[in-house]
Amino acid sequence: METSFLSGLALWLRGEIYGVTGIPVLSDLALDVIGIALLLGIISMAAIVFTYAERKVCAFMQVRLGPNRVGGRFGLLQPVADMLKLMSKEDIMPEGADKVLWALSPALLFVPAALVYAFFPFDAGAVLADVNVGVFLLFAISGQAVLPFLMGGYASNNKYSMVGGFRVVSQMISYEAPLLFSLLGILMLTGSMRLEDIVEAQAGGLWFVFLQPLAFVIFLISAVAETNRTPFDLVEGESEIIAGPFTEYSGMRWALFFLAEYANLLTAAILATTFFLGGYLGPDFLPGFAWFFLKAVLMVFLIMWFRWTFPRTRVDQILSFGWKAMLPLSILNVFLTGVVMCALGLV
Amino acid sequence: MSLLFDSVGVQEILALSALLFSIGLYGLFTRRGIIAILMCVELMLNAVNLNLIGFDRLYVHDGSGQVMALFSIAVAAAEIAVGLALTIRLFRLRFTTNADEADTIREFKDFRN
Amino acid sequence: MQLLFYVFALVTIVGALGMVLSHNIVHSAFYLVLSFIGLALIYFSLSAPFLGAVQLMVYSGAVAILVIMAIMMVRRTDMTVSNPTQSLIKRFVGAGTAALFFVLMGLSIVLTPLGGGDAALPATEAADLAGLLLSRFALPFELIALLLLAAMLGALLLARGGDES
Repeated sequence: METSFLSGLALWLRGEIYGVTGIPVLSDLALDVIGIALLLGIISMAAIVFTYAERKVCAFMQVRLGPNRVGGRFGLLQPVADMLKLMSKEDIMPEGADKVLWALSPALLFVPAALVYAFFPFDAGAVLADVNVGVFLLFAISGQAVLPFLMGGYASNNKYSMVGGFRVVSQMISYEAPLLFSLLGILMLTGSMRLEDIVEAQAGGLWFVFLQPLAFVIFLISAVAETNRTPFDLVEGESEIIAGPFTEYSGMRWALFFLAEYANLLTAAILATTFFLGGYLGPDFLPGFAWFFLKAVLMVFLIMWFRWTFPRTRVDQILSFGWKAMLPLSILNVFLTGVVMCALGLV
Repeated sequence: MSLLFDSVGVQEILALSALLFSIGLYGLFTRRGIIAILMCVELMLNAVNLNLIGFDRLYVHDGSGQVMALFSIAVAAAEIAVGLALTIRLFRLRFTTNADEADTIREFKDFRN
Repeated sequence: MQLLFYVFALVTIVGALGMVLSHNIVHSAFYLVLSFIGLALIYFSLSAPFLGAVQLMVYSGAVAILVIMAIMMVRRTDMTVSNPTQSLIKRFVGAGTAALFFVLMGLSIVLTPLGGGDAALPATEAADLAGLLLSRFALPFELIALLLLAAMLGALLLARGGDES
């Protein structure tokens, strides 16, 4: 296995813990706990940074200043103010709500959003869960995020929540198919479902975005649809259904939805980075994880750019676009990849 | 420590599978709603899948049991899709989803509501 | 590993029992999801990760959502009494039959001389499964594809109603 800064750090840490405790299982366990803590740190950091970034990017696109009062001229403490506001809000439970399901929904939504981070290769050898069926398992887990939406929509006992829940289901199920199909071409080229193998197959600057441009476009559109962001944010389209499944939630419960949303945004960016932009690969003057996060942040900026550029679509448009344009195109991409691979004698 | 490091035996897997199947069977006998009955059938199919995978992992090792479980999962998916479509159709026609009320072609000897 | 198996088995059994005993059919469906996820975890602990992922994707990802959507399409009123059961006597008979089945299966499990299996072997790779699907099981694989297509068309036709334009 190639060594990198992060994996070297992990190895050193394991040695240190082993030196103190003397039990190999315990040092592995401790390392896993540290890794999980780091991942949760990344997710909460992302939420904090992205709330600020989203306001600033939005302001930039709309020729405004954005936050400029709290914490100096650039409003750097705005996320803190947001957090305080959310924490001090009253926790209201709607009458006639299905209490257990209502309370479970935000927590359960966060679980798959956080779990998928275990599969990301942040650097060579720096993966928390190194599985051979990585890609498939990752999407199987992120697919679990649909149910909590439906749970919250049903349990809120509110028609807007219910409509929002139904919209989540139809939208996320529709776009999961092209999302997975667009990656099939890459899986055919690499012959492995391990994420690190996919990154390593892009060594030498031949990123899959150049080999599979159609797949990249399909992947990006589907990923934006999966994260329920504008132009596909019908789920919480405030002009139609208030806030969709989140309508009845307030305070910290709503903050959990928010956290999951930003975790999903970073997930989409990281997936695009890993599959199409060469992951942690890059010239040697920066360590691997720095390249990784640089590319991911660029992708996040791109998705935010979408949000403030495109108008919201209609719900029937989005579904017919998914089934009638995205899915056939992604299957065509798989077919073309196979034909080209056969012609070049790669099979 | 054996609880931590020993691999699981085939008897435990079979027992769990039999228990799940029995629970599904109980639900199948006692539920009246078609959707609930379909859910119980799904649970029973899952119990069978557990058996297939357990035997494959412990005895066969070449993956053919897992392939069989894959087929079983595909058939279960097809079954629930058609079953639910039928339920929705029945609801449109008769405004009920209870299995024992879908009895238009039975004799009217003991009509009950 | 045994400990993990017992924990996951407990999760699965709780889900299954919750499903058959709950009075609210939506709760039933969510208990069923719990049971599905418990089974997926058991597959992982048996080192069959591909099947675990399939279980997560197909059952708790698609089947469960299908079930819950169907419930919401046919039930618009109060969900708290939405899961009718048979009368008490019939329930006892059902429980007795199920228990009888379990005892019979348990006896056959205990009495059959099963050689000690070996679970320590490395996991079957997804590529091996794919090889099996396209060689030894090629015909069933094609048939399953046909069946899924037929089921999809049939479900579509039934649910939306082909006769009313």
